[in-house]
Amino acid sequence: MIETLFANGKIVTPDGVIDGDVLVEDGLITDIGANLKTSGEIVDCAGSLIGPGLVDIHVHFREPGQEWKEDIGSGSAAAAAGGFTAVVAMPNTEPAIDAGHLARFVSDRGREEGLVEVVSAGAVTMGREGTKLAHLDELWAAGVRIFSDDGDSVADAGLLRRAMEYLAEIGGVVAQHPEDRGLTRGGHMHEGTVSSRLGMAGLPALAEETVVARDLALVRLTGVRYHVQHVSTSGTLELVSRAKDEGLPVTAEVTPHHLMLDHREVQRMNPDVKMYPPLRQPADIEAIRKGLVEGTIDVVATDHAPHAAHEKDVPFEDAPRGIIGLETAAAVVNTAVGLQPVEFFQRMSVGPARIGGLDDQGRWLEPGGRAHLVVFDPSSPWTPETFASRAENSPFVGRPLQGRVVATMYDGRLTFRDGKVQR
Amino acid sequence: MKHFLNTDDMTREDLESLLDLSEEFVEVLDRTIPKVPALRGKTVAMLFFEPSTRTRLSFERAAKALSADTMSFSPSTSSLSKGESLKDTALTIKAMGADALVVRHKSTGAQWRIADWTGLPVLNAGDGAHQHPTQALLDALTIRQHFGTLDGLRIAIVGDIRHSRVARSDISTFSALGAEVTLVAPSTLLPVDLEGWPVKVAGSIDDVLDVDVIYLLRIQAERGGASVFPSLPEYVSRFGMTRERFGRLQENAIVMHPGPMNRGVEIAPEVADHPRARILEQVSNGVAVRMAVLFRLLGGEVHDD
Repeated sequence: MIETLFANGKIVTPDGVIDGDVLVEDGLITDIGANLKTSGEIVDCAGSLIGPGLVDIHVHFREPGQEWKEDIGSGSAAAAAGGFTAVVAMPNTEPAIDAGHLARFVSDRGREEGLVEVVSAGAVTMGREGTKLAHLDELWAAGVRIFSDDGDSVADAGLLRRAMEYLAEIGGVVAQHPEDRGLTRGGHMHEGTVSSRLGMAGLPALAEETVVARDLALVRLTGVRYHVQHVSTSGTLELVSRAKDEGLPVTAEVTPHHLMLDHREVQRMNPDVKMYPPLRQPADIEAIRKGLVEGTIDVVATDHAPHAAHEKDVPFEDAPRGIIGLETAAAVVNTAVGLQPVEFFQRMSVGPARIGGLDDQGRWLEPGGRAHLVVFDPSSPWTPETFASRAENSPFVGRPLQGRVVATMYDGRLTFRDGKVQR
Repeated sequence: MKHFLNTDDMTREDLESLLDLSEEFVEVLDRTIPKVPALRGKTVAMLFFEPSTRTRLSFERAAKALSADTMSFSPSTSSLSKGESLKDTALTIKAMGADALVVRHKSTGAQWRIADWTGLPVLNAGDGAHQHPTQALLDALTIRQHFGTLDGLRIAIVGDIRHSRVARSDISTFSALGAEVTLVAPSTLLPVDLEGWPVKVAGSIDDVLDVDVIYLLRIQAERGGASVFPSLPEYVSRFGMTRERFGRLQENAIVMHPGPMNRGVEIAPEVADHPRARILEQVSNGVAVRMAVLFRLLGGEVHDD
């Protein structure tokens, strides 16, 4: 019997935080209480929260096809280091995940690495090309629950309608990266005061909002579960809020970076702040933070997007979009928003697991449950310097943050401890 | 001065001191032997990643008039076409012994990155639609030569301001030197958000014919194809400096253009050739201004042979 005792922590439950210990035996939580004893390993949790392992429904692990940026092994390590026990990998790999065997390949590779549950999202259209439906049934049978052409919107409303009708029937979630390419063509950053000064073409806020507005009309028609990826503008937030009031089956996510950084960061023209959707205005940040606190935005998702150092070591406009986020997510959210512990785990574990259909994940800790958990010290200052990810394209390098992951346990095994991923 | 990248952060004193130094080089260029040994032994590398004739030749002439050696690079025949990164190209040229880099690049901020990578003094000869600071200096010098000062002058910049690095550098420079700047363009060619810009905006060139300086920007014919205005004739009817409009300008007003011109589009041929069009003076002043900037960066002493 393998035992691990998480001692003297603040255990987060839906009813509040209780001081105590969590005992794990052979992959299961067997006891929660005070002064528990063990003959096994002890993780000192003094000052730290103990909660369900974090879940990220929006990562890019680049495998298959772009393993020089990241692979499922290095991505899993980054997830473990960030306190995550499950991730949903986006299907914009090479080839795109548009058929069952490809989705199985991703989850099998995740199991082989054994650091975190890896589930693939499925493409909505073949090759993410926006012209023909992907093998939606096959993907569903392979365990896919979230369908997205992430990186691109499904632009063709007729095709999207058919995908929605089909997925409404089988129960899948359509997750949209909302970006109207007609409005963003040539753009590299938020369209506004800073882009105007720099002479760069911009991605206007309304390029996101018009797609969401159109999609919501289709959701009303089809009844499909619809998830807005990386909400970045106050206008999108408003649309989501109204859709929820109306009772539409809509959820939304926000990235940690959109909660903390605004478009003025781009003044330095450093590619580590280049991503789509771009960093927006301070007023957007304020609205989105509020939306996350109030629950209009259901979850945090990182959009962890690794790129090799040489790919980002170019002028801003020539750089690929995307930044990594798994390892800094908890600290950035904690620093930017300061959620109550229950809300923190609701937005970063329980909520994402429900949207992603990850039945085993995002469960409040209780005896008999699978041991997926994280120990997070919200008061520990931390300045990120190095990463377990293969990539280091993070704007948070050298930026003082508040909060640090102390330990991560996936399925009863410590995957991260003492600042190191435990392979 | 370590680099010369941007006019936005330059004070009136910085600008005036560079203009004063430029005047000294105007005088040098007027001599029988228009050359000083100020930068003898220095090597200036010209990295024009975007095609350019006038700016590049102007910088070469400036460097040579200061007795510097020059190295040149052109993207079509270079290792860039073999897939070399910008960083490796810059480091390679540094390793050959360049003392300063003059860089033009289509991407905003490329010069800032090159400055970081190489640690060499970098002169921005144009980045994206962002900045073209030596153009702003030569424009200011040309205006100052005609009016004695920019203080209190009214200057209208007409044309594709949204995509113009010249306009961005000119606006901050003219305004720092005390001029009042008005932008004249269809809204599709204005920057999307002008909050904080020291400018007024007018919707037709007819609204600004009483200014002291009309500064015309090149209209790229292909922009019509990108549907930013309906057609060239329609552009000319609202924004073109026709002969008729030229006749309505103040007697002492001047017309400027950064080149290359589209005769018959933004500027009528008769206007381009008129003595109060200062376009060739701008070109001549470009050499003196670039001498001044090179001299400041590479820190020589001015003395006669």
